[in-house]
Amino acid sequence: MKRFMLILFVASIMLSGLSVMAQDGPTALSLWYHGAGNEVERSIIVQIIDDFNASQSTWAIELEEFPQESYNESIVAAALSGSLPDIIDVDGPVMPNWAWAGYLQPLNLSEGALDGFLPGTIGVWDGQIYSVGLWDAAVAIYARRSVLEANGIRIPTLEEPWTGEEFDAILETLQATGEFEYAFDLGMAWTGEWYPYAFSPLLQSFGGDIIDRSTYLASEDVLNGEAALAFGEWWQSLFDRGLAPGTSQDGADRDTGFIDGRYALQWNGNWAAIGALDAFGDDMLFLPAPDFGHGGIIGAASWQFGVSANSENPEGANAFIEFALQDKYLAAFSDGIGLIPSTPSAAALTKNYAPGGPLEVFFALSNEQALVRPVTPGYVVMALEFEKALADIANGADVQDALDAAVDAIEADIQNNNGYGFE
Amino acid sequence: MTTQAQPITRSRLFLPSGFSISLAGKYTLLILVALIFVLPILFMIFSSLKPEEQLLRDTASFRAFLPVGNLSLQNYEDAFRRVPMTTFVGNSILVTATTVALGLVVNSMAAFSFALLRWRAKNTIFSVILATFIVPFETFAIPLLLIVNTLPWLHIGLDGIYITQGWLNSHHVQIIPFIASAFQIFLFYSFFKDLPQEIVEAARIDGANSFQIYWRIIIPISGPVIATATILRILDMWNQFLWPLIVVQQEEYRPVMVGLQYFFQLDIAWGEIMAYLSTLTIPVLIVYLLLQRTFIESIASTGVKG
Repeated sequence: MKRFMLILFVASIMLSGLSVMAQDGPTALSLWYHGAGNEVERSIIVQIIDDFNASQSTWAIELEEFPQESYNESIVAAALSGSLPDIIDVDGPVMPNWAWAGYLQPLNLSEGALDGFLPGTIGVWDGQIYSVGLWDAAVAIYARRSVLEANGIRIPTLEEPWTGEEFDAILETLQATGEFEYAFDLGMAWTGEWYPYAFSPLLQSFGGDIIDRSTYLASEDVLNGEAALAFGEWWQSLFDRGLAPGTSQDGADRDTGFIDGRYALQWNGNWAAIGALDAFGDDMLFLPAPDFGHGGIIGAASWQFGVSANSENPEGANAFIEFALQDKYLAAFSDGIGLIPSTPSAAALTKNYAPGGPLEVFFALSNEQALVRPVTPGYVVMALEFEKALADIANGADVQDALDAAVDAIEADIQNNNGYGFE
Repeated sequence: MTTQAQPITRSRLFLPSGFSISLAGKYTLLILVALIFVLPILFMIFSSLKPEEQLLRDTASFRAFLPVGNLSLQNYEDAFRRVPMTTFVGNSILVTATTVALGLVVNSMAAFSFALLRWRAKNTIFSVILATFIVPFETFAIPLLLIVNTLPWLHIGLDGIYITQGWLNSHHVQIIPFIASAFQIFLFYSFFKDLPQEIVEAARIDGANSFQIYWRIIIPISGPVIATATILRILDMWNQFLWPLIVVQQEEYRPVMVGLQYFFQLDIAWGEIMAYLSTLTIPVLIVYLLLQRTFIESIASTGVKG
């Protein structure tokens, strides 16, 4: 037994020596990505990594994929245990929270590396760029030309979107036809980030917001002021009048309701556009957000790359991110998963967003109507409170009470966190 | 010619002797209750065989519970391609089997000690252990993460034998914290305390020590409670999600429930999810069916429900 243990010990020392010798070569950099389970995304990100690793001999990127649904929890746990990777994939609106919490360090890209990028793809916090996205996403009103023309409805443009009153009257008209279960599908079945991403722009178009962006310290009079109340009343009326399916909407209905012709109009993102085009072809329209008085507004900022604060090799991490920003990769992601490429030059390389392409309108929407969600570490809590308030109002809660409760919760969180650095 | 109405007799209804209307009512009720439990499983299995569009369309009708339409194994093929299913299932089997096996030994020993041995402060310690039973795991998950992240581990592998710090990204981090279980100790304790004390005393008179009493006398007559503890623990461990989510960052160590998240993309593939879930449910159902009789006996005798 003693002899066996001795042999094992000597063997282990020899093997350990071999493993130390084997460490010569490029420095390994870890990259965590949210796309586990998405074959197309995986193939593109692996291609970028392979190209980068082959392009130089200093760094070697190692990919670890996580499922999107639980990615943020994995990052927070890794931050707690001090095991963050070098390069982090981060959802745009969450970035300020992670930067403020010390998970990220500012990017250090070459001068002009982000020239021409859509505004929603650049993650800025506290005056510094912390993240950059290879794509953006946009929301539009899905409609069928034949339905609008049959009901004498004007087709809106970016320059002249539907006004709030016009849009409301259109919904009444479409509902009155009796051809549809609902005139407008908001996607209430999609909970979570969909609510602030898709619905806070409607509030902003009314003149309200989730937080006062001049200070990022208060929601009073912004989320529960006159404009927000007007939005809340209109929002509730959509469900009271039976114009839109409410919070009990089934996910399957959300997926198929418009395509099956049960919903006349739908508030949906560009990621679902290909399916709608396949169903309706030239009859399909993607229309800009209505203008409720303060312009037509849609959300912005999707997944982006950043460098973790733990990284001991930020120069390598920045080099990879800059390498990944090449137009050919932006176009590959766009063609692969249908999202909007970050630059016009990349859009020109894509099959959908190139001039004359079937989804070109989304690039314009992203460029003209997009407004990023509140850029503050407190957004994570704001998003939850906003979602709760809108769901409550949709279910018949008193509008003022629901918005006041959201304001109280948001401001209490800001106070508990000493203003998130804004004081 | 007139016909006379014949009285309906038992033989005309082809009812077996001893069968009454009230019995028929009972069976109807039982069948309805059984359907409540069976229909979701049928929905899962049959949906896993349907293309996405048909699956969604069928949810609006009773067709969702029937194997109708265009059926194929395509969802299984796609699900296996989307996730490394064999890795995830292998990890879950390893973690579950090891935790259950070690847990049965450790927890039954602890319960034996509390129920049948005499020692100081026994009741106090037992109360403390029971108190931990009511603390939700979520409340101490983060402290536990910080602890396991600092613990040493003896690595033995082809690359040598050496000590590493931190248990993250391993199988043992998913096993060791869950071997001891207050609930399992309570379950065994409830069974052991009802055993006749005379058995223990007789064994002692015959010269048996505590371990011999535990191993040769108590364990052989504890089949029902072992079956119950096994089934309940298997379900717990098979469904582990939060803990592996925060301690496992590498795909090669992920269990099946974290793998389920792979399917929740922008366009959710419900058919693949049903195929994945059907695949995961089968091993659990097999274990349950194998241990069903003793499990029910134990539920009846201990009054403990999972």
